[in-house]
Amino acid sequence: MKARVTVTLRKGILDPQGKAIEGALLAQGLHGIESVRQGKIFDIELSETLVGAAEELLEEACRKLLANQVVEDFRIEILTDR
Amino acid sequence: MNAAVILFPGSNREKDVCRALEHASGKAPRLIWHGEDTLPPGTDLVVLPGGFSYGDYLRCGAMAAHSPIMRAVAEHAARGGLVLGICNGFQILVESGLLPGILMRNADLRFICRMQHLSVERADTPFTAQYKAGQVIKVAIAHGEGNYVTDDHTLARLEGDGRIAFRYCDARGQIGGAANPNGSLNDIAGIYSDKFNVLGLMPHPENLIEPIIGGTDGLPLFQSLSQYG
Repeated sequence: MKARVTVTLRKGILDPQGKAIEGALLAQGLHGIESVRQGKIFDIELSETLVGAAEELLEEACRKLLANQVVEDFRIEILTDR
Repeated sequence: MNAAVILFPGSNREKDVCRALEHASGKAPRLIWHGEDTLPPGTDLVVLPGGFSYGDYLRCGAMAAHSPIMRAVAEHAARGGLVLGICNGFQILVESGLLPGILMRNADLRFICRMQHLSVERADTPFTAQYKAGQVIKVAIAHGEGNYVTDDHTLARLEGDGRIAFRYCDARGQIGGAANPNGSLNDIAGIYSDKFNVLGLMPHPENLIEPIIGGTDGLPLFQSLSQYG
């Protein structure tokens, strides 16, 4: 099974990298972009075949390592269920 | 004072801190590989040195926080043992949950490497007994992720319990404003655990122990530790 975990900064947490990217996009003349927040994507392959169990496993992975919940939120998507 | 300095893959300040500890205490610390799962018997102080453990992959300190030795370090801290985390060591301490909060990218996104004044907030801890409360010291900073962030509740608790160890200030001791190099909340440069036996700080006191290399303002921290207990 393949899954994708997306980790993003929580609302209200300053994202200076996103801000800098936003500024650079505007400097390219790409007007209409209102804000940019940068995050991380993890594409993960699992041996688990049950969606529920896979989601549980990934949630634990997020809590233990992939996301720092002081400032980050995470989202889990199961991409294929074989 | 039996000190153990933990070496992670990517640590690069371990020799500086070993030298500072030996200079202050007369006793060379043990250098312990992060893959070990026990500390040497009789360890009083554990030091997590600066550097770029695991190349700062994922988040600074996040991978090292899960190294085998960190379980022993957490047990040592729970017993009241002393733990000092400098720069990347501070990042490892917050990622492992031994200290609250997180160190984010510097507000201006630049890696900062220069001298910096700090205010010593209190002088009644094992780490700062050889300073005076309110003393202004000048030490080195060198980091890209030193911007201390935590939630309002935790920040209020840190302040209320007097757990701020050092704040960024100017040469006259004026805290914050332009003297804050990285955007840290409340100009925080270092914090203590609730029992004051764990200290994490971004600046590098270990680099200021001899006049020939720019000053000795970092030395009292190591003297405090060597004379403690």
